[in-house]
This record gives sequence, C-alpha cells and structure tokens, in this order.
Amino acid sequence: MAERSDSEEVKLLGMWASPFSRRIEIALTLKGVSYEFSEEDITNKSSLLLQLNPVYKMIPVLVHTGKPISESLVILEYIDETWRDNPILPQDPYEKAMARFWAKFVDEQIYVTAMKVVGKIGEERDAVVEATRDLLMFLEKELVGKDFFGGRSLGFVDIVATLVAFWLMRTEEIVGVKVVPVEKFPEIHRWVKNLLGNDVIKKCIPPEDEHLQYIRAHVIVSSCVLSLGFV
Amino acid sequence: MATEDVKLIGSWASVFVMRAKIALHLKSISYEFLQETFGSKSELLLKSNPVHKKMPVLIHADKPVCESNIIVQYIDEAWNSSGPSILPSHPYDRAIARFWAAYIDDQWFISLRSILTAQGEEEKKASIAQVEERTELLEKAFNDCSKGKPFFNGDHIGYLDIALGSFLGWWRVVELDANHKFLDETKTPSLAKWAERFCDDPAVKPIMPEITKLAEFARKLFPKPQA
Repeated sequence: MAERSDSEEVKLLGMWASPFSRRIEIALTLKGVSYEFSEEDITNKSSLLLQLNPVYKMIPVLVHTGKPISESLVILEYIDETWRDNPILPQDPYEKAMARFWAKFVDEQIYVTAMKVVGKIGEERDAVVEATRDLLMFLEKELVGKDFFGGRSLGFVDIVATLVAFWLMRTEEIVGVKVVPVEKFPEIHRWVKNLLGNDVIKKCIPPEDEHLQYIRAHVIVSSCVLSLGFV
Repeated sequence: MATEDVKLIGSWASVFVMRAKIALHLKSISYEFLQETFGSKSELLLKSNPVHKKMPVLIHADKPVCESNIIVQYIDEAWNSSGPSILPSHPYDRAIARFWAAYIDDQWFISLRSILTAQGEEEKKASIAQVEERTELLEKAFNDCSKGKPFFNGDHIGYLDIALGSFLGWWRVVELDANHKFLDETKTPSLAKWAERFCDDPAVKPIMPEITKLAEFARKLFPKPQA
C-alpha cells in the first residue's frame, strides 16, 4: 500500500472493483483533480482505513488536506463544492433536489434489491428480477429525450448510476439472467452507449475482462459477494 | 425569492415531516399543511411521490420534492436569501453534517425503531444496547461539530440539529416504553443539554408533538401482543 505523503493534498482509499470507489474517481477525473489512489484489501483492512472511517470501516474514503470524508454520495457533493470546474450537480435548487433523489434511489433501492439476485434460484430469483426491473423502469422513464440523466452532459445521477451500467449489467453475464433486456429498457441501453462514448468514463471504469473474472470468482462464493465485491 | 404556492403533505406524528416543517419555520415560509389520514394515502400523495408513496412531500409552485433531508436542503437553497443558513457554509462541515444525517437515518433510527418492534425481552435488550452504542457516537459527533457552541450547526439550529432533533418526541416515547433513559446528564451530557435547547427553539417549540399524544399513537402503530 502506498505510503501516506503529506505533500499529496488529495488521497482516495478505494478498491478497483467497487462501484462506490470508481464513482469518486470519475468525479475527480472529470474535475481534473490529481489524487493519490490507495488500493485497499477489503478482506484485510488497513489500520489507516480503520482510523479514517471508524464508523463504517469501508471504502471509499477521500482525504483532503488531511481531513477524511466517507460515504460516496457525501464525498461526491464535497468534490462538487470544493472544485467548481465542470459542475456535477445542477445549479437550480429543484433540479438539484431531483438529482439527489435519483442518486439515493439508485443506491438505496436498485442496488439493495438487485444484490438479492445473487445466490437465488428459480421462483425466488424471478421475484427479485421482477422487483429490480420495476425499479429500473423509473430510471428508464427519466432518460426519455435525454442523452444523460444530467441532460446533454454527464452529471451526478449518471456518475452514481454507473453502478447499473457497469456492475449490475455486467453481472448479468455471470448470473445468467438478463435483468436489463434491451427490449424492455431501450433508453438505459442507449444511455450506456453514451457513457461509453465519454473518455472519463472509459478511463475510470474497471477493465471489462478483469472485472468479469472478479465477479465470476466472487459470485461462486455467493454469500460473500456482498462484503467482498461491493463494499 | 417570492413566496409562491407552498404545500407540505404530511402527518403531525411523523419525524420526517417535522424536519420539513422546522426548515420552513426557520425560513419564515408560509405553507399549506395537508394532513394525511392515518391508514390511507391521498391521491395527491400518490401522484406527487409515485416512487415511494411516502410523506413528507413538499410541493413548491406545483413541483414536488420528496425525501425529508432532500426537502430540507431544497428549502435552504431555494430560499437562500431568507432566514439563517440551514447547512454550514464550509464544504467540509457540510460533508460532516450530511454524513451524520445519513448515519442517523441508516443506522441510528433503525435500531431505535427495533426497540418498538422487538419480539420479547432478549431482542429488546439487544436493540437497547445498540441504540446506546450508536447514541455514544452521536454524543461525540455533537462535541466535534458544535466546537463548544449550543448546536451541531453552531450558534443556530441547522441541518444536523433538525435531522436528529425531529426524533426527540419519539425518542422520549421509546424511553418510556423501554423503561430506559438514553438521553442522560451522565451518559450523554452534551446531547441531553442540546435536546432541551433544541426543543425550546422558537422554530421547534410550536410544532413538537405532545408526548402523551405520540405515545397513544405509538400504541396504535406498534400494538403489543396479547398476554
């Protein structure tokens, strides 16, 4: 693990396969902020991580001028308020409230429900897939007439919803269920293509082959995937 | 910003609705309160919050805003030239306030609630212990955030005060139900004093529900199994 250097103003404790860690990297990169990345072994957490995030003991943790911030949505807002170039959140208070609403929806509803697919079979699995699709339909409707959730360019909700585009949808290959079929979710598929056309996204998401290998390895130990794959 | 048509859909007993009310009072915003009937959801609620179908919903110039902490931030930003600031001004302090507000909802509230829904004494004891532990963290958070001032937000009540303070009525109900004091001058000296100050605040006092009314409502929501 990299030594902590006082000359580095911005440090990110993260994990290469975590959607919560990658979204911070996307935000920092979009804003042109240099940072030192420290890869955490989440099966063997460093004393630094435990010291900087004693409440949850989880990545990501952003450290800026020596002060730690935890919880990815909190970190994203901090980044947006501290580095003002290329704003992530809209300026208008109503649009901002909507962005916060959808981001929370992705993390608290879609992510939590979709994770239940792993380790389930048959009718139980079908029920979870149905529930996930019902939730995804809200996002599908939000995308109508837009290139991104943020409008013409990437915004807060797009960054957060990369969890859907590059984690949920990549897991489909391994669990063998098309949770997000293109016939039901044409807007979401179009949006994923738009994301892949963005250089920052391409640079900051986990490389596909390695990522699929990682997901495969951890889905087999299905009951552990919650703590190993998506902390 | 001109006072436009402002409505709040909610219920007198809801902690989350109370957050929105306090924020509106702090900013001296007039609003129409639409009380939901217990046991049913109005057409307007279902139409304004189709995703969660829950209150509170703030409707400002016909546009609905949902989720209590999001509503509080919206009120602060939409009426940023009136009344005191609800969020702290420095990005780091804002991050800390948001962190703890999320902790209160995701961790602390869940364990508080589980005291009321506990099946049997063992489960109740475990929930009580968990609330004790989590309240200790909040005591420390208060000392860190307030830096010797009366509120989490400093001199005036703010986002994090509202996030936790809105629970004070229900917290008292749980203390009575569990026969256990959480807010205590010896265990949580800072929070105990803060709680009194919060409840006395002019933006809070007129809208804090009566404990006896809440306790009665709690018995309806969380009926005890027949002996």
